Amino acid sequence: MSFVRETYLLETPPPGISVGVLGWLRNNLFSSIGNTLLSLLGLYILWVTVPPLIEWALLDAVWQGSGRDACMVENAGACWAFVAAKFGQFMYGRYTFEERWRVDLVFVVGALTVGLLMIERMPWRRYLVAFGLLIYPVLAYVLLTGGQFGLPAVETSLWGGLLLTFVVASVGIVVSLPLGILLALGRRSKMPVMRVLSVIYIEAWRGVPLITVLFMASVMLPLFLPPGTNFDKLLRVLIGVTLFSAAYMAEVVRGGLQAIARGQYEAASALGLGFWRANLLIILPQALRLVIPGIVNTFIGLFKDTTLVMIVGLFDFLGSIQVNFSDANWATPQTAASGYAFAALIFWIICFSMSRYSMRLESRLNEGTRRA
Amino acid sequence: MNENQMAIEMTGVDKWFGTFHVLKQIDLSVKRGDRIVICGPSGSGKSTLIRCINRLEEHQQGRIVVNGIELNHDLKRIDEVRAEVGMVFQSFNLFPHLSILENCTLAPIWVRKLPKAQAHELAMKYLERVQIADQAHKFPGQLSGGQQQRVAIARALCMNPKIMLFDEPTSSLDPEMIKEVLDVMIALASDGMTMLCVTHEMGFARTVADRVIFMDAGQIVEENEPEAFFNRPQHPRTKEFLSQILSH
Repeated sequence: MSFVRETYLLETPPPGISVGVLGWLRNNLFSSIGNTLLSLLGLYILWVTVPPLIEWALLDAVWQGSGRDACMVENAGACWAFVAAKFGQFMYGRYTFEERWRVDLVFVVGALTVGLLMIERMPWRRYLVAFGLLIYPVLAYVLLTGGQFGLPAVETSLWGGLLLTFVVASVGIVVSLPLGILLALGRRSKMPVMRVLSVIYIEAWRGVPLITVLFMASVMLPLFLPPGTNFDKLLRVLIGVTLFSAAYMAEVVRGGLQAIARGQYEAASALGLGFWRANLLIILPQALRLVIPGIVNTFIGLFKDTTLVMIVGLFDFLGSIQVNFSDANWATPQTAASGYAFAALIFWIICFSMSRYSMRLESRLNEGTRRA
Repeated sequence: MNENQMAIEMTGVDKWFGTFHVLKQIDLSVKRGDRIVICGPSGSGKSTLIRCINRLEEHQQGRIVVNGIELNHDLKRIDEVRAEVGMVFQSFNLFPHLSILENCTLAPIWVRKLPKAQAHELAMKYLERVQIADQAHKFPGQLSGGQQQRVAIARALCMNPKIMLFDEPTSSLDPEMIKEVLDVMIALASDGMTMLCVTHEMGFARTVADRVIFMDAGQIVEENEPEAFFNRPQHPRTKEFLSQILSH
C-alpha cells in the first residue's frame, strides 16, 4: 500500500470552548456533584465571615473622637479614632515633632525613586539606580540623624514607628543581598579556606534565632567591648539583622548558582572571562533571576522580623502601636483589636506590594529568554 | 621547526580523573593553519584532550604550550591563552539571558576592551558570515540548534582567535542542521584557521583535515593524512572503529 499527499493540510482553530458567565460557572464551580458541594460550602464560609467583618471594620466603626468615650458606645466596632489620634506616633515614634518633615522628605524621595524605577524603559534609569544606591542612603542618613548643615540632631533612641521599621528593613535588604551573594560564591569556591569560612558563617548564623542575635547585639556585645566604647544601639541592631539575613540570602543564592549548567561557566572561561567577570556578567544574572521568588521571600520575612527589635527596647511600627494600648485615655475593649488590625493591614499592603513587584520583575526578565 | 609556527605543542601529557587514567602520554604538535580531526570511541579521552588545550581541564604531567605560552598555574597567562583560543561546544552553551548580538559582543567588550560600537560592528561581520545576522536581536532560546551552533561559532570568532577548538559541534543536531554548521566550518578551514575538531563527521574529515587522529583508551592510536587514514588504516583498533562507523 502506498500513499502520497497531494496538498498540505491548513491550520484550523481549536474546537469551540463554551464561553460566557454561565459557561464559566458550569465549567469551574458546578461541574460535578462534589464540586458543587465544595462551591456551596465556600460561599457559606464567605457568608458567615465577611458581613461581620465589614460591620466591625466599617459600618459600626468609630472614625472620630478625642478619647475613649467616643469608642465606648454600645455595640461599637473598630476604634479607628484611636489609630487616627496616634497616627503620628505610629509613623515616627518619638521623633522630634518639629523635625518630622525630614522623615516625610526621606519617605517621599524614597517612594518617588522606587516608583520611577518601576517604569520600564525609563530613559534615566541607570542614573536613578545610581542615585538610589549611592546618594539616597547618604541623603537619608544626613536628614534622619541631623547634626549637620544646621539640622538639629535627632538621636536614634527617639526613632520609632514605621520609620524605624523601614530603616531596619531597607538597610537589612540592601546590604544582605550583596553579602549573601559573596557568601554563596564563597561556599562554592574551590579554595578550601574560603569555603570553610563561608560554611561556618552561614551555619552559625542560621543556627541561632534572631532574638538571640538581637540580645547579643544590644546586651552582650557591650560587655565584650572595652569599657567606654558605646556605639549606637540602632546601629548594633542593624548590623545584627543584616548579618543574620545575609546567611539566609546566601543559601537562596546558592540554590540559583547550582541551577546554572556547567557549560555556562566553561563558555565564559573559554572566552577569556575571569572569575569575577564570568560571575557578574554570565552566572549571577541568570542565577539571581531564577531565585527571585526565594529572594523576595527572604525580604518579606526580614521585613516582618523587624518587629522583633521590640524586645531590645526599640519601638518599631508594631511596637509603637502596642505601647499605646496602655494609654488610659484610650483604654477601650476595641483598642487593641483596632491597633492590631491596622498593623496587619499596613504590613500586608507592603508585603503584598513586594510580592507583586517580584512577579512583574520575573515575567519581564523572562520575556523571550527562557525557552532554551 | 621555528617556534612561531607552532600553534600547539603537547609533550608527554598525562591526566587522571580521580584514579582513572584518561590521557596517557599524549604527544601532539599542531602548526599554524593545521586542520586536525580527532575521532575515537566515546570515553577515549578526545574531548578531554582538546579541553586541556584551553585548560578547561588541568593536565597533571607533561607540557602544553599554546601560542608560545606554557599552561601552568599562572591564571593570568591562562586567560591570555583562552582569549586566543576559541571553543565551540556540543551543547552550544550560548548565554540564554543575552541576545545573539550581546552573546557576541560580550567578550570583545570585556576582555579585548573594544568600544561598544566597534564590538557591535565586529559581531555583525561574523554573524553575517555565519548567515544569521537577521536574528541578531533574538534570544538563543528562539533559535534552532543549528542556528545556535552557528552563533556559537561567530561568538568565538569575535575574539579573533588564532586557534579554534570544536568539541563534537554537530553531535546534538538534527540531520538537516548538521550541514549548515559543517558548511560554516569548511569555510573557516579554507580561510586558513588553525582548527582542532573532535567529530564523527567523516565526510568533513576527508575534505577538510590535514591529519586525522584516532584515539582509544586515552592514547593516540593512529595518526595519518585523511586519504591514508581512511583507505589504509594500520592499527586493528582503527580498522574496527572505521568499519563500525562507515558500515551504515
